Amino acid sequence: MAIDKNEYQKTVEKIKPRPPVLKNCVLAFLMGGFVCFLGEVLFHFLRGYGLSEKDSYTVVSVVFILISAVLTGTGIYDDLVRIFGAGLIVPITGFANSMVSPALEHKQEGLVLGVGAKLFTVAGPVVIYGILSSLIVAIILRGLGKL
Amino acid sequence: MRQTREFANPPVVLGYATIAGPKEGEGPLAAYFDKVINNLYYYEDTWEKAEQKMFLEVAEMALQKASVKKEEVDFFLAGDLLNQIISANFAAKSLGIPFFGLYNACATFYEGLILGAMLIAGGFAKKVLVGVSSHYATVERQYRNPTEQGVQKTPTSQWTVTGAAAVVLGDGEGKIKIPRVTVGKALDYDMFDPSDMGGAMVPAAFDTLLVHFKETGLVYDYYDLMLTGDLARFGQQILVKLLQENNINFGQRLNDCGIMIYRPEQQVNAGGSGTACSALVTAGYVFNELSQGKIHKFLGIGTGALLSQVTTQQGMAIPVIAHAVAFESY
Repeated sequence: MAIDKNEYQKTVEKIKPRPPVLKNCVLAFLMGGFVCFLGEVLFHFLRGYGLSEKDSYTVVSVVFILISAVLTGTGIYDDLVRIFGAGLIVPITGFANSMVSPALEHKQEGLVLGVGAKLFTVAGPVVIYGILSSLIVAIILRGLGKL
Repeated sequence: MRQTREFANPPVVLGYATIAGPKEGEGPLAAYFDKVINNLYYYEDTWEKAEQKMFLEVAEMALQKASVKKEEVDFFLAGDLLNQIISANFAAKSLGIPFFGLYNACATFYEGLILGAMLIAGGFAKKVLVGVSSHYATVERQYRNPTEQGVQKTPTSQWTVTGAAAVVLGDGEGKIKIPRVTVGKALDYDMFDPSDMGGAMVPAAFDTLLVHFKETGLVYDYYDLMLTGDLARFGQQILVKLLQENNINFGQRLNDCGIMIYRPEQQVNAGGSGTACSALVTAGYVFNELSQGKIHKFLGIGTGALLSQVTTQQGMAIPVIAHAVAFESY
């Protein structure tokens, strides 16, 4: 009684649950928006404190990276991402989490071959393709005479 | 019989022990485990050391419960999920028993039981120690992401069970006997999703289950209880559907270790997985029920997904396997 491969795939597709995409999108939208709102509040607070616009943006990023790092180290960040998904992965806090978590994970293998070698395992591809796409965009804009 | 072996003098279970992790200790089977550790580090500085410590401790505990000395054991058969099966290797180094290292992913426990039973039934050993372990954090970092990295898992993903189990098999007298075993074949059903291992493993469980009944000639309602290894919630539904399409209905007598080990509200998505999943349920819950006479005939079908990160990234399908071992008590 061998099962047919194609038939089996169809059976699996029928039973396999779909990820709750709509719910995930709504929660990600709300949390992502909330993070941006907090950033905006902090930004205006810093501006009111007398910081320049450029410095305020930098400080906001630094503060968010710090918060994310602390929440990662205390084991809370991954629990929040489980609920809010992209709302916490896409902002700079997600980038910080993707650097801090391998650093924590691999400190047991030493500072050079552990932390040093593994620090960019998650963030590395983002950095590489971020730089590559900005280069391509720059070349296109240059060709159009807009840069 | 191509895949099944029946033993004229069935090997017996002389002793067994289980150590479960913190999350498993909050699950519905907590009362059946000999020991529950309350922290994934288990007083060590790395998770790998914690796993090795559990492994060695559970092996010594099983020997003690069986009243068997290390020197009396002919062979130690052991494996786990880590690269180069390091947890088993380090336990073997400390125990000093002649050692076979095994790997069949989450089916390693059942692979060990089959080989142990064969060594004894074939007259090559009088006593054999079988041991396995798995650890949520060591597996997560090897196969998936850093444990603290934020990811949203799919509903079909499974939670790796933290724990270790060991069983002493022997010849002679014992309450729990192993009368027959069925060795599985590695199959591949073009399943590619490493976050749906339950779905990938179902064809192997189905195949081994049907081969077992075909080759032994037993009727479908022979066993009081049959447990698959770690197909988890959706894999189990697929298996039941396949069986129904072939007019086989086991009803309540068929369940899955990956479903039983956690409560649904424990945030494990589809259920449990890992070598320790079927091992903890079998050596914890099932052996207890067999020795107390609550069930008499049990068939365990250990299931394993034989993938690695490399094969997945290179776009290869997941090979799967399932081994069946019958346990009976009178």
